[in-house]
Formats: sequence, structure tokens, C-alpha cells
Amino acid sequence: MKARPTNMLARIYLGLVLAFLYLPILVMAAMSFNSSQFYMLPIDWTFDWYVKLAHNTRLLESTRNSLLVALATTVIASVLGTAASIAFFRYDFRFKKVLQAALFPPIAIPWLITGTAMLLFFFWSGIGRGLHAMILGHVALALPYVIIVVSARIKGFDPDLEAAARSLGANPWQVIRHVTLPYLAPGFIAGALFAFAVSFDQFVISYFLSVPGVSTLPVEIYTAIKKGFTPEINAISTLVIAFSITLLVIVSRFYRFGGDR
Amino acid sequence: MASVTVSHVNKSFGEFQALDDVSIEFADGGFYALLGPSGSGKTTLLRQIAGFSFPDSGEILIGGEAVESLPVEKRNIGMMFQNYALFPNMSVFDNVAFGLMVRSTPKPEIKARVGEALELVRLSGYDERKPHQLSGGQRQRVALARAIVFRPRVLLLDEPLSALDKALRLGMQVELKRIQREVGITTIFVTHDQEEALTLSDKVGVLKDGKLLQEGPPRELYERPATAFAATFLGDANLFEGDVDDGELALSDGTRLRATAPLTGVGKATCAVRPEKMAIAEEGEPPLADHNLLEAELQEIIFAGNSLSYLLRRNDIHLRVFAQNRATAELQPGQRVRLTWRVADTIPVEA
Ligand SMILES: Nc1ncnc2c1ncn2[C@@H]1O[C@H](COP(=O)(O)OP(=O)(O)OP(=O)(O)O)[C@@H](O)[C@H]1O
Ligand SMILES: [Mg+2]
Repeated sequence: MKARPTNMLARIYLGLVLAFLYLPILVMAAMSFNSSQFYMLPIDWTFDWYVKLAHNTRLLESTRNSLLVALATTVIASVLGTAASIAFFRYDFRFKKVLQAALFPPIAIPWLITGTAMLLFFFWSGIGRGLHAMILGHVALALPYVIIVVSARIKGFDPDLEAAARSLGANPWQVIRHVTLPYLAPGFIAGALFAFAVSFDQFVISYFLSVPGVSTLPVEIYTAIKKGFTPEINAISTLVIAFSITLLVIVSRFYRFGGDR
Repeated sequence: MASVTVSHVNKSFGEFQALDDVSIEFADGGFYALLGPSGSGKTTLLRQIAGFSFPDSGEILIGGEAVESLPVEKRNIGMMFQNYALFPNMSVFDNVAFGLMVRSTPKPEIKARVGEALELVRLSGYDERKPHQLSGGQRQRVALARAIVFRPRVLLLDEPLSALDKALRLGMQVELKRIQREVGITTIFVTHDQEEALTLSDKVGVLKDGKLLQEGPPRELYERPATAFAATFLGDANLFEGDVDDGELALSDGTRLRATAPLTGVGKATCAVRPEKMAIAEEGEPPLADHNLLEAELQEIIFAGNSLSYLLRRNDIHLRVFAQNRATAELQPGQRVRLTWRVADTIPVEA
């Protein structure tokens, strides 16, 4: 039973939680439109910071890098993670339990430590630093999330659905296309979203693995803040948030289309 | 349409033998019920026929052709799963259309045939619903429509009515039988419900421990069970054990019973008698020539509205007699009564 929060206390509580979550973001978004660099009120509306941002090649380039790394991570981690989830579901093999258990510790290990380890390992093995190293690192970070999310979806799959499709005359390819994939789609998309978010959000590991001149947005923002804060940062952050929200809305609609009950 | 022949099929899972030299002939256009206790291999047998799994040895023919190298999707078999296995992301229409869609049937024909099939199961107008928006009985009918719409040669039904309540179940039984007759598909039907098996099918097979114990028309199976197990699994039966003596069954207390035919062989033998074939003789009624007679102590009378069950005991044998609830002489528990039944209803069975 889900009850609506009807009494006053519950409403206040809900308001506080929402304020806690969204107020900083709203303030930041508002300030990206304020001509005063020192947050003077009332707001004097302007697009100046966005115009400035359009000329800030470092921020733009790092945004492009971030998107590139995140997309690559998403594609690689989703494909590998989904394949692994299917293997976990469908086959019995030696050390399966061990492998499954081994998925969780990386999530719990602080990123700072994982990042240090990766830096050392990549240096030692000659992989080096740069975008390719970041992609490798991000894929490793995102894989457990993808596997856990996709596996949760697969677990609910009734193998009789595939058997039924085959008995109705579907060849293996048709079974995958019409039955298996549509069922897995929501899990797959959720997993991909996780992978994207893990990579796009990633600071520590990107910071360790970036080379001068080639970094991602979070690293660049950090560097910029260290040098001295400008509302351009507010502007790019606001754009990123708008992008994320749009993505989430699209995905949530697709989620329903994907056949989830 | 096609007949299905299962010939000397064996199937083991590790050490466990799930099917043990099973041979059955499913006639073209027939309605065949498979009956047996849980774990007796019914589903396993269906899965071999459908092609989801393959026999260790033996052969399966569909329409006279060996199907060993024919994958499931080429066997042209409609299988209705116990849990219906409807595709959750598809509408009722798309579920039913699936078998036609994968065969690249032209769109207008798909529309016409799905419409027909939904009408057959009385679900016209439900095209756009998703499976989770249907009741159990409706889902089941969708599963049935989906299994028959592409005109398979054989229909396999694995306990298709087991999840329904009594009323829905009876309705669906009639529907199932009507559809099967209209379409004329060879149908193999697994059930736990002996009454369902007896009323629906032209032929019944009883499986136990992976072996086919007996098969035949329902009436024959009921009237002439070959084994004590078949007699008690399919209906109720009183079992008498004794020694063969001069063609008759001699019980340990000396009572002699005659069977349908003089018993052959020597040593131990068992006879089964259906409880509704026995009657309690009236006081002073003379014994009839072609009847067996047995004295027993009445222990309990169970009242069930239109019928009565008498529970009786004779030494260490417990007996059960069914009777119509007619006004007859008042009987009291503890009373000694005489049971009579026709010699022709005393069936020798394998223990
Ligand atoms: N894949 C399998 N691996 C191992 N054993 C199996 C497998 N499938 C079935 N069995 C065993 O084979 C036996 C027959 O199983 P089957 O499913 O055919 O029984 P059933 O007659 O359909 O029973 P029920 O009426 O309970 O559905 C059972 O003892 C079961 O445990
Ligand atoms: Mg079964």
C-alpha cells in the first residue's frame, strides 16, 4: 500500500528533501544567467557567460573528450557486460560463483585507490595515459554495474519464452530479435545509462590518467576552479544538467516502450 | 495433420532414467491424454516430441518421418506451455500472429487468420491487450490460439488447464474439445486430473517412473486396468490379494473369488473391483450365480449428498463401496453385511 503524504509534517519533510537535492543546482543554473560574477542579487539576466563559454576552447574540447570517452565506454561496457550476463545466466562453468562474487569489490573500493592502481599498472605495462587509457579504466569501472543491472533483468527471463518462439517456427535469429532482445532492452538501456554516467561523472581516474592538454570535463572544471572560479563553469554545468535530464526523460519513455510491465 | 510415433525412446538425466523404453502411437487427428504422477516423465516425453530435448536412444516419427535431425522450428508443432509463455511485450494480436509472422505470411492473411483464431477461442476484440491485462483463462485461450493459428501438424498441451478454477476449467475443456474437433489436429494432452483425461480424450496413456504402464480408450482403461497402480491411479479400486487356486482367487481366510476369466499361473495374484460395482446385499437376499460374495463389517458411512460411501473391513482388508443415496434399509456402523458384485467386475491385475 502506498499512502499519499497527507499530513503537514510529511509535506514539509518532502519539501526539505527536494530543496536539499535541487536547490544548489537551481542556484547554480540561475547564476549562470547572472551578469554579476559575484552572485549579486537581484539577478541581472544575461547570456554573456554562455557566449564566453562558446569561445572557451579548453572547456569545449574537454566536453568533447568527455562525451567521446563516455560513449566509447558505454558501447564497450554494454556489449561486454551483456554478453557476460547472458553467459552467467545460461551456462554453468567452473568458478562461476567466484567470478560473480568478484564483481562487487571493485564497486566498494575507493576510486582514489583504483585510480592509483590503474595509473601504476598502465605506466608499468606501457599503456600509458591519455584518452585510450581513460576508456580502458572507465570500462573496467562500469562493467560491474552493467553486469549487475542486466543480470537483474535477465534473471526474470522465462526460458520457455524462447522455447515457445521456436516451437512457433522462429529460427534462432528471429527468437533473439523478437523475443530475447525486446525483453532485455530495458535492462540493456539501464546498464548503458549506468556505464555512461559512471564514465561521464568520473573525476579521480580521469584526473590520474589525463595528459596535459587532453582531459575530460570534470578534470577541466577542477583545474579551472583551482585557477579561479568563473561563471562559465556554471554555464557548462547547467548545459550538462540539461543534457542529462533530457537523456533520462528519453530513456524513461523508452523504458516503458521496452515492454516493462 | 500427422500421426506421432514414439518408438523405444529412452532418456536419462545423469543416473536418472526419466523415460524407459517408451513406445506410443498417437493417431492422426486423435485426442490423447497422458496421465501419471508427478515426475513420471510426461513433460519429458512432450519435450522429446517437440524437439527441445533429444532421446538417448529410440526414435520419434511425425507423419511417418523421423524427426531426429529436424530442429524445433521446422517440426511444425504447436506447443502450449503450462505457464502459457505468452510474450509479455507483445499484444494479444502479435502473440497470436507470431507463428505466421515468422513464416512471412502476407499481412492481410495474418490479420484474417488471427481474427479467426481469436474468434475460435472467443476472444475477439481483445487484440490490443497486453498479456498482463488478461485474466488467467483469457491468457490460456490466447496461448491456445497462438498454438493453433499456424495450423501445426501436432498440438502438445502440458497441463493447460491446471491453473483454472473448476467452472472455468469445465468450460475450457468443452472449448478445447470443440476446437480440436473443428481443426482436427492430433493433440497430446498432459494432465494430473484423471476425470479430465477420461472425459476429453479418445485414448489415455498412463506413465509411471518413465514407463508406459498401459494405454487405451478411457472406458477400457477404467474397466480393465492392467495393473494395481493403474486401477488406483485412475479412479478408485478395492484390491484383493490371494493365491491362485483352481482358477479362482483364494483369500488368506479361505474366501474364494472368481474373476472375469479363470486365473492362470500359480502363486500370488491380485484382483481389483471398482467401489461403485459393489453393493450391500439385502437381508435374506439369495446369492446370485454370477456374483462374488464377501462378508464384511461396516465401519463408517460417509454422506455426500447424492451419494454415500461405505467404509468396510474384513480382517486386514479395507474396502470402500459407493452407492446412490436411495432410501434402503437403515444400516449401522458395526453391523456385519454381505457384499456382492459381478464376477465380470473382478479384474485380475498385476500387483
Ligand atoms: N533437465 C533435467 N535434468 C535432470 N532431471 C530432470 C530434468 N528434467 C526432468 N528431470 C527429471 O525427470 C523426471 C521426469 O520429469 P518430468 O518433468 O517429465 O515429470 P512430469 O511427469 O512432467 O511431472 P509433473 O507432473 O510434476 O510435471 C523427474 O524426476 C525430473 O526430476
Ligand atoms: Mg510436467
